[in-house]
Amino acid sequence: MQASAKTTSARPTSAVILEAIRRYSVLLILLGIGLVFTLGSDRFLTPSNLMNIAVQTSIIAIIAIGMTFVILTAGIDLSVGSVVALCGALAAGLAVRQELGTFTGIGLALLAGAAVGVINGLLVVRGKMPPFVATLSTLAIARGLTLVYTEGRPISGIDERFTFLGSGEILGIATPVIILAIVFVIAYIVLRSTRFGNYVYATGGNEEVSRLAGVRTSIITLSVYIISGFLAALGGVLLVARLWSAQPNAAVGLELDAIAAPVLGGVSLFGGVGNVTGALVGAFILGILSNGLNLMGVPSFWQQVIKGVVLILAVMLDVFTKRRR
Amino acid sequence: MAETNDFLRMEGISKSFPGVQALQEVNFEVTRGEIHALVGENGAGKSTLMKVLTGALHLDEGRIILRGEPVEIHSPSDSQELGISMIHQELSLIPYLTVGKNVYLGREPRRRIPGFIDWKKLYSQTQELLGQINLDVRAWAEAQDLSIAQQQMVEVAKALSIEADLIAMDEPTSSLTDRETEVLFDVMRKLKDQGVAIIFITHRLEEVFEVSDRITVLRDGRHIATAPTAELNHNQVVQLMVGRELDNMYPYSETKERGVALQADDLADGQELHGVSLELQGGQILGVAGLVGAGRTALAETLFGLRQATAGEIHIDGQVVKLHSAKQAIEHGLGFVPEDRKLQGLFLNMAVRENITMSSTSLVSNFGFVNTNKANKLADEYVDKLDIRTPSLRQRIRNLSGGNQQKVIIARWLTLKPRVLILDEPTRGVDVGAKAEIHGLMRQLAEDGVAVLMISSELPEIIGVSDRILVMHEGRVTGRFERDEASQDMIMHAATGGDNNAS
Ligand SMILES: Nc1ncnc2c1ncn2[C@@H]1O[C@H](COP(=O)(O)OP(=O)(O)OP(=O)(O)O)[C@@H](O)[C@H]1O
Ligand SMILES: [Mg+2]
Repeated sequence: MQASAKTTSARPTSAVILEAIRRYSVLLILLGIGLVFTLGSDRFLTPSNLMNIAVQTSIIAIIAIGMTFVILTAGIDLSVGSVVALCGALAAGLAVRQELGTFTGIGLALLAGAAVGVINGLLVVRGKMPPFVATLSTLAIARGLTLVYTEGRPISGIDERFTFLGSGEILGIATPVIILAIVFVIAYIVLRSTRFGNYVYATGGNEEVSRLAGVRTSIITLSVYIISGFLAALGGVLLVARLWSAQPNAAVGLELDAIAAPVLGGVSLFGGVGNVTGALVGAFILGILSNGLNLMGVPSFWQQVIKGVVLILAVMLDVFTKRRR
Repeated sequence: MAETNDFLRMEGISKSFPGVQALQEVNFEVTRGEIHALVGENGAGKSTLMKVLTGALHLDEGRIILRGEPVEIHSPSDSQELGISMIHQELSLIPYLTVGKNVYLGREPRRRIPGFIDWKKLYSQTQELLGQINLDVRAWAEAQDLSIAQQQMVEVAKALSIEADLIAMDEPTSSLTDRETEVLFDVMRKLKDQGVAIIFITHRLEEVFEVSDRITVLRDGRHIATAPTAELNHNQVVQLMVGRELDNMYPYSETKERGVALQADDLADGQELHGVSLELQGGQILGVAGLVGAGRTALAETLFGLRQATAGEIHIDGQVVKLHSAKQAIEHGLGFVPEDRKLQGLFLNMAVRENITMSSTSLVSNFGFVNTNKANKLADEYVDKLDIRTPSLRQRIRNLSGGNQQKVIIARWLTLKPRVLILDEPTRGVDVGAKAEIHGLMRQLAEDGVAVLMISSELPEIIGVSDRILVMHEGRVTGRFERDEASQDMIMHAATGGDNNAS
């Protein structure tokens, strides 16, 4: 028996409780907010409103899942809002104006999103630019290109196969929600069970160590920006499908929500910690907040303030419980 | 071409960094089934040589011949594929990943579906490896929850998991205590019997003589000598390393006590400390011995206000104080050189000058602006005093060798002229020459009236340096000795729980 190698197996109960709070803190917040709105408005807890929330949240949730990959590597992707607008416009424009058809239009738009991701990734990996600066530049460029391509005007006239993606239903469930579910499941499995997912965490945990262990961190980093770009493009397509037209100034500032969602859900901006479940829950907290506040008639200016406060509270709870470990 | 049965030959290896010739035409060979010790002062180029071998750095000149064939190693994965694994000097576990994920990072067992990891296999294999090195840690524990010594042993498991033919170990023992070191040596001997070649870097020469078959000495980036261990003795190795005869390793002189500077009564932190009392005299060095996990670091951190005491009192110069932060501790004249310099002590991306003058900005600034001249002068003074080897004051700390980083952090605290200085493993990873200098420095401080508390896992150091010795075991004091009555056996006995001859 050696006393030298003892594991910390017996923790005091207070630590166990704190650990539980830490682990499930976002869920608790989600339930808490839900409870407040249920009491505050009788229109909140109804099946149709819940489906409504799911539809409204799905686009931001999909983008937040892509963002999670980037943040896990200790990066950030500020370009997602612009990519949503650019790829939405491309999908609609290529389908309608260039008459390439809905499938080709959407396919090319998704590729364009991935391409922006490639550029972001190369700027970070090869250009050694801080992700913040690299993606801030592409944010401007993509928005500019959107305005150039659309000439500042909305593009409409998409066919019903396109709009089905935004407002259709399969077996009574709205299409965007189904797409979100598919994206979530894939992302969840990739992060949890694959080598790639493991390397995303490792790269974010310590890039140098990962590199020394033989992980090709540059490829991992490049890949997460591609994923983020691709999912932002998917979000853009869904947005167009829901609004029945592409708006050149759509999704301005959307990157804030896309970053707030994973952070709310416990994804650390320093990398290496968190998962897509957190991002999903975070996105739903934001979605429920705006929905509930709308129902309760809170002016939209105040909604912004409340969102900010919730973000601070959630992160503080996380920091506080973590420090006590 | 000369035929040799060397497993590895590195020929004419040169490598320079801006301002430093780290390696100059170094030749180095290792055969199968040998433990080859690589020694040299801090900054001699040991780590650089190993990094070149494992592809973490690119060589400027020279060639590497493995199994009789020249090889090109451009990346760590290249070297792994060639059957080379390395334990890096800096701890390199990823804190949030589990032990198992860390061990198999980059080489996860795969499932049939491409790209998927077989977690079950990964964890069971890890657990088995941990068992082989007697490490009582769960494979799915997060690395950040492990002690430094445990993390170091996980590094060993990581190197073993590669099943390499050549393992380079860069100071694997620096954060281990004697017991874990013995376990590691057993593992090394077993590997050696299996024909694995091991390169072993350490600053503890006793270890070199205990396990190695051959010794290679580097000095200032040059190859100085290679000889069978049996043909060399301790003093010869030291002389080869430093290029001169070294005087006393443990300079000692009686100092007079100047009254109690720091006193702790029944200190507890609710976790690792259970009622520790001690008295620290000005002008005296108190050595704190114990095994890893004995609560020594917890004691140091509590005294310095980094942990909150849940019971007990701390007196400084006779007054009860409650310390809630390092800042308060510093204001009370305390200094603390932490155990984990990377995490707690150094600003790796900042220059030597900033790292030295960081805590004493008031000394080097006028009206809130840092005065570069003053800062240079102060930094220069301590670079001189502690013989810190750096091409310039503006060199980034991360580029210094491990031992020189340690001196920088000690220098920082000395600029504050503390009245009580707590040092946690101050000579870990420090070469013999610098070690003697740090010992001399602590003695000098004591002579100047400073109260010094030194935590060390090296018994010869504890006995050689301390005026009084305190031994801890599982958060309690299990032994107190005066300098002339302590022996290694008595300390070991107390450190393993022995009987309670403490009050
Ligand atoms: N990345 C780097 N940039 C600049 N200089 C470096 C770099 N890495 C090492 N050096 C310098 O090269 C020399 C050799 O360093 P190295 O780390 O190989 O020494 P070492 O023998 O391992 O010392 P220690 O025993 O302290 O670990 C030192 O002078 C060091 O400052
Ligand atoms: Mg070294």
